[in-house]
Amino acid sequence: MNRNRILMLLAFFAATSANAAPAEFLKDFETQARAESAAFKGFSAERGSQFFHAKHGAEWSCASCHTDNPASVGKHAKTDKEIKPMAPSVNPERFTDAAKVEKWFKRNCGDVLNRACTALEKGDFLTYVLSVRK
Amino acid sequence: MKVNNMKTKFVLLAAIAAALTASPVFAATESAATKWANECGGCHVAYPAKFLPAATWTKIMSGLDKHFGSDASLDAQTSKAISGYLATNAGSGKHGESPASLRISDTRWFQREHSEEMDPSIFKSPLVKSVANCGACHLGVAKGDYSERNIRIPGQGNRRNDD
Ligand code: HEC
Ligand code: HEC
Ligand code: HEC
Repeated sequence: MNRNRILMLLAFFAATSANAAPAEFLKDFETQARAESAAFKGFSAERGSQFFHAKHGAEWSCASCHTDNPASVGKHAKTDKEIKPMAPSVNPERFTDAAKVEKWFKRNCGDVLNRACTALEKGDFLTYVLSVRK
Repeated sequence: MKVNNMKTKFVLLAAIAAALTASPVFAATESAATKWANECGGCHVAYPAKFLPAATWTKIMSGLDKHFGSDASLDAQTSKAISGYLATNAGSGKHGESPASLRISDTRWFQREHSEEMDPSIFKSPLVKSVANCGACHLGVAKGDYSERNIRIPGQGNRRNDD
């Protein structure tokens, strides 16, 4: 293989690797969850489902906007604005952009829990929405 | 690495360009208008800049972490770009009023436009839910069209095209 071809390949990998996949987020959350608690024993879709559907002291749950079924089209609880489905099985754009994921966890956890989400909560949430099929 | 061949140099440049386009760094060159449409259109329609004066937009942009009961905070760079876009396209004249609540829906011109022939209870009805839900009645919000030609009040049939 000549040098140009190697460079082309490099360009290709550089271009694709900037787009993250849900599995990479899970790995990051796992590393953080271990650091947050020595008792960490893995994520749970069931805990994620409870977290998603429950209120946490404020007016809204995650389901208030993302609806009871993360595979459905959501609706903003206050403004009625349509929100694309949260489940990557129906909306492959989900959990591909680290800045976007960070931004919305910060905002939505603040609105729903009045604090940031823990890595355990984020990992459970993602495990749950990944488990949802259409 | 020493690069001394033109073709290799070109391929290298292409490699860097390809890597940059896919990375968040490159997002800096996304136009301010696109940023505004994406970031201010996530939770509600992106309200047109022309409906509020620059001073009001500045206040809105400096309080995004406590934005009408929601956290809408942005990173400093995006926030700066959007502030610039809003200031450039801000309203004046009739649309120059700066309401204390920072709401378009609390300006006098808005109230006037929406009081004739309309029962205010419509804004609280389940079909509209909020006065800020412009798109419930203004069918062209995605294109920034709020003209009288393109309005339908939900539950009341086609209001404009039949008179
Ligand atoms: C008040 C409405 C609202 C509530 C409540 C809400 N969200 Fe969201 N969420 C949104 C909107 C709007 C978006 C961005 C629009 C879009 O991406 O389609 C979003 C996007 C997200 C994203 C971005 C995912 C991606 O990769 O695109 C995540 C993660 C998220 N929400 C998690 C949560 C979690 C966790 C909760 C509960 C703690 C929650 N949301 C509650 C409105 C809400
Ligand atoms: C995280 C969600 C979210 C994001 C992102 C967001 N907003 Fe809002 N905004 C809201 C909510 C909630 C309201 C109150 C809606 C209501 O009263 O029904 C609101 C209301 C407004 C209003 C007042 C509407 C009226 O009643 O006249 C303006 C103006 C506004 N937003 C501008 C912006 C701008 C500019 C941006 C982008 C920098 C932005 N918003 C981004 C959630 C958001
Ligand atoms: C419940 C339905 C409804 C909602 C919600 C609504 N409007 Fe309207 N709007 C109307 C009607 C009806 C008129 C026409 C009034 C008339 O002709 O007397 C109008 C007129 C207007 C006009 C003047 C149009 C012209 O050509 O003269 C503007 C601008 C406008 N609305 C902006 C907004 C904005 C911005 C929002 C959201 C913050 C909004 N409206 C929400 C029903 C609505």
